[in-house]
Amino acid sequence: MSEMDIILNGERRRVPGPSSLADLLQHLELDPRTVVVELNRSIVRRANLSTTLISPGDSVELVHFVGGG
Amino acid sequence: MTSTISAPAGTDLPLTIGGRTFRSRLMVGTGKYRDNRVMARAIEASGAEIVTVAVRRVDLDRTKEEGVLYHLSSEEYFLLANTAGCYSADEAVRYARLAREAGFNEFIKLEVIGDRETLLPDTEGLLSAARTLAQEGFAVLAYTNDDLITALRLEDAGCAAVMPLASPIGSGLGLLNPYGIRTIKRRLSVPVIVDAGVGTASDACLTMEQGVDGILMNTALAEADDPVSMATAMRYAVEAGRLSFLAGRMPRREVAMPSSPTRGMLE
Repeated sequence: MSEMDIILNGERRRVPGPSSLADLLQHLELDPRTVVVELNRSIVRRANLSTTLISPGDSVELVHFVGGG
Repeated sequence: MTSTISAPAGTDLPLTIGGRTFRSRLMVGTGKYRDNRVMARAIEASGAEIVTVAVRRVDLDRTKEEGVLYHLSSEEYFLLANTAGCYSADEAVRYARLAREAGFNEFIKLEVIGDRETLLPDTEGLLSAARTLAQEGFAVLAYTNDDLITALRLEDAGCAAVMPLASPIGSGLGLLNPYGIRTIKRRLSVPVIVDAGVGTASDACLTMEQGVDGILMNTALAEADDPVSMATAMRYAVEAGRLSFLAGRMPRREVAMPSSPTRGMLE
């Protein structure tokens, strides 16, 4: 599989591509049930992760819950 | 915790926010604990059901253990996501939408901060974000200052609860404006939950004695020498303050009044 550069959580990162968001999470060893994904500032619902493809230069944000008050 | 102070049956109603009912009037945060196991034990000791969490980027270079759900069961607690650290309405709305997408509930503890030193709210941004989120179906619990007018406008904006501060976030200065908090409680129909500033159990008790519906705290537990004991103390303090409020205190007098009979004294 070839590779591509995306902006992942604000930093340029080389990831396998072309791929879907579900592939990306798998590559990063993240459980889709514990992460919320934003692609180019739009939230991608969990059900659509495997059908949403990412392209070079896309901006992906992966967030989760951490301790807070 | 085997012992529980509870109101005699029928004297108090459960706390209802945004159509959901909670038995505990104490809500706790999950930030700043030195140790996640201590956090879990402290939260259990507090008796809280509503537990706040923050939304942040996954740290891709570390393990998954940093996620708070690794330490707290989302089935045991009602997770209340916050928008802490947001300095504009747009940013807060973005965080709220991300939090809802996590799939737990529609509640959001809305914070729009206006100043880095005091962490006091930007009330203009807060109102704007509250309107947007309420229209999108969120149950908005809005962190605000002790100003009545802002509290009234937040209620008008459709907030499910209004959360005035006791004193600045993480300050532990206690209840600085009892009158302001009492006035907000008296004038609003939605629940009033005091959020931030409580430092120790007497602060919590005094705050509840103003008649508010609940308290949210974090640093008072996380930074106590013994968070588990402090959580237990806070649980009792919140229950004691609530009972004391419901019981109705005696009047204040400027002069003494004897407690023993004045008649029947020896000659």
